[in-house]
Amino acid sequence: MRHPTLRRAVVAIPFFAAIGLAIRLDHGPIRAPANAAHPGFVLRDETAAAGIHFVHHRPTFDRRIANVEPHVAALGASVSVADFDGDGWSDLYFTNSRFGQPNALYRNRGDGTFEDVAASAGLADLNRPGEGVSMGSIWGDFDNDGREDVLVYRYGYLALFKNLDGRHFQDVTQAAGLRRWVNSNGAIWLDYDRDGLLDLYVTAYFRSDVDLWHLTTTRIMHNSFEFATNGGKNMLFHNLGGGRFNDVTDQLGVGSTRWTLAAASADFNEDGWPDIYLANDYGPEELYLNDHARRFVLSTAGLESESKSGMSVALGDTYNRGRLDVFVTNISERGYLFQNNNLRLNLMSEARGFRNVADAQVADAGWAWGAQFGDLNNDGFNELFVANGFISADRNASYWYAMSKIAGANGHLFEDARTWPAFGNASLSGYERSRVFLNRGLSGWVDVATAVGVTDDYDGRAVALADLSNRGAVDVIVANQNQPAVLYRDYPDSASHWIAFTLVGTRSNRSAIGAEVEVESGGMKQRRIVDGGMGFASQNDRRLHFGLGQHEWVDRCVIHWPSGTRQVLQHLSVDQFHTVTEPAR
Amino acid sequence: MTRPTQATVAQQPALLHWWNRGAQLDPRYLIAFLITLVLVVAQLRYHMVGGYDRLALALLTCTATEALLSWFDRGRIVNLLSAYISGISLTLLIKPQGGALWPFALGGFLAISSKYVLRYRDNHLWNPTNFAISALLLAAPDRVSVLSHQFGNDVATNLVIWTFGLIIAARVGVLHITLTYVASFLVLNGARALSLGQPLLPEIAPITGPMYQLFVFFMITDPRTIVRGQRQQIVVAILIALMETLIRFASDSGWPLPTAFNAAPAFLALAMVGPVAKWLDLRRVAGGSPPFRRNR
Repeated sequence: MRHPTLRRAVVAIPFFAAIGLAIRLDHGPIRAPANAAHPGFVLRDETAAAGIHFVHHRPTFDRRIANVEPHVAALGASVSVADFDGDGWSDLYFTNSRFGQPNALYRNRGDGTFEDVAASAGLADLNRPGEGVSMGSIWGDFDNDGREDVLVYRYGYLALFKNLDGRHFQDVTQAAGLRRWVNSNGAIWLDYDRDGLLDLYVTAYFRSDVDLWHLTTTRIMHNSFEFATNGGKNMLFHNLGGGRFNDVTDQLGVGSTRWTLAAASADFNEDGWPDIYLANDYGPEELYLNDHARRFVLSTAGLESESKSGMSVALGDTYNRGRLDVFVTNISERGYLFQNNNLRLNLMSEARGFRNVADAQVADAGWAWGAQFGDLNNDGFNELFVANGFISADRNASYWYAMSKIAGANGHLFEDARTWPAFGNASLSGYERSRVFLNRGLSGWVDVATAVGVTDDYDGRAVALADLSNRGAVDVIVANQNQPAVLYRDYPDSASHWIAFTLVGTRSNRSAIGAEVEVESGGMKQRRIVDGGMGFASQNDRRLHFGLGQHEWVDRCVIHWPSGTRQVLQHLSVDQFHTVTEPAR
Repeated sequence: MTRPTQATVAQQPALLHWWNRGAQLDPRYLIAFLITLVLVVAQLRYHMVGGYDRLALALLTCTATEALLSWFDRGRIVNLLSAYISGISLTLLIKPQGGALWPFALGGFLAISSKYVLRYRDNHLWNPTNFAISALLLAAPDRVSVLSHQFGNDVATNLVIWTFGLIIAARVGVLHITLTYVASFLVLNGARALSLGQPLLPEIAPITGPMYQLFVFFMITDPRTIVRGQRQQIVVAILIALMETLIRFASDSGWPLPTAFNAAPAFLALAMVGPVAKWLDLRRVAGGSPPFRRNR
């Protein structure tokens, strides 16, 4: 073509088409997403009907950091599940975070309703000046007496309570050697040395020399948005027996200072020893591999190459490979930041690493917090429930613009809380809607939250899953920051079958925390773990629930007990709970 | 007066030699070296690329588009260094939702093809990368964001980039543009902070971030899209900083701007001021050689 104008016109066609294509792709992928029709379950908000009236109250801190208080005080809503009275019905424990505001222990009456017995149990009044405010709790039978005890982690002193009789609890923190000031947002029980006693891993966020009510310095914030290492030091406490613990953090090399927000434990590399996976704010995730309880080795599994804002660690078998994969939530905000959630397939055994397979659907759940895997429709595949939203205040004022300025500064600047632009009444990724991702296998994930009845826009933090009515359904409990808690009852398709297990350790810890169960049915192989804390500031039902779809039988069930015992079960009936006691070797 | 030592005397000619050789090079080679340095530091130290597939796709798209369109438009394939620079800039600056790769392909195509479509008197008006980033941020804000973080918020890395950047900007003859913009940014945003009663440091802090490094060393100093004449270049740099300050004022005041303006005000300011200035410049001076040659 000789004429330049004509040539330019020819080039202009694909040029403008490309702009049009960008606009089109902004609305979503051209390829149709996974089929969202017939999710096979509904979730109904039955909070009020269940008698749960818990409202979380955020903390208030030293006025010298009032300019960033909405940010610093944006954590603390938690929920954990345990059958504390041993009546066979899962109970709920919510933490509060303001001085004088009580925590709530909801006893499951077994008729669909709950009663708050925290005060009589001695677990309500835990938010006091000088002691700190609650950030979360984990349940586990640390003394193997058959009753679930509880550790409450706080911005303040740790608090360990021994379950005396299923109704009353005794503070044994001092005697246990755990009276330590830790600004913690997470903790997990695990038996890292497989001695049958639950050990304790506590994550720290702000440095442990920081008293947020009596600051000696305002240089308390992270020193990098990407690679901060000036957070509190995580701690590992070894259970010595006799109700005593000792600090083995340095000895075992697990004292990360990366602003850890969540931890989870499982045997990722299948060497028989439980490892520790950390979601760190302002930094990469970390996997500490357990070297025969002699030490933990920070794995080079490719995690160090992605620096994000890890908020939560959930473990689940994504594609029924018989492996525990990892889902870590992060921040996404339209136009500003796409950190993207990580859905990491566990390839530790064959490739010493993980493969991130988060598609656009699960990658972006807004400012995501707690998440859990659970088979909500009993079809044999895990769904993902993700709570989100950071600070909901003035709908017309966003702090994101201010955040984009401070994020570009050098670390020494924003390490000082006083240099941050004042929050005022601004929102920061507020009023976000929780996501419920339906698992369509290799076809991908699709958000069905609205379709199944999840429509709240609270600032979700902790998510726990539990079968609260012992009916083969995975109910969802969400603790919301500075807002009411929500209970979503799960109503799965009644045509689908299920099976569930209550495990009782003998040589292993009595709570069976760390036990992994593999169920094979009709060619499907699913794996789940009894968690000692998972997600963000949460702990799920100790009983393991498996959906089976249309399969009316289970071919085989293999239990990998923390002690190393491998137990095989066959000919199990479906649609019921099975209580399995660990066999002698 | 101190006498120069023998070593200094021996070194001086060598340094001068290399300095003078640098002046004879096509400036794009120096710029290509600098952006490669940024890429290598960003990736090795901070893993900022986010996947080599992104880098490969952006580079491939940019160079292939340049080769194809230059052959189609001029009957020959031009030097692909500019496409290389655009490809690396896009890789560093585009942060997509999920693992999406299409922003790198579309961005690369938009960047290069803009040079062949948006022209006036045989010159393109927009810096290619600036156009592509601005277009993507405006057209697809739900899927694309721009790099907004630091090199680990680390002073040392910043110093390395700034040092090399300033040296190369001096060699290419555009240091005055970089310095004018930086000075204008500091003065104008300092004044903005004062007028709004906001703390000064957060308002001037963004200038140290990698987004701004790419902006001051690769976008506003692009030899092909700056205006002619040092004085005019200084005026345009000030105008760009002024436009950015106005955008920030609007953001401060809560104006309902598209998110792109809040997230990347400098890019949008250049995208608005730069082409107008270039257009006026081309109207003023008909024909002539590229401006960076005149400056030398």
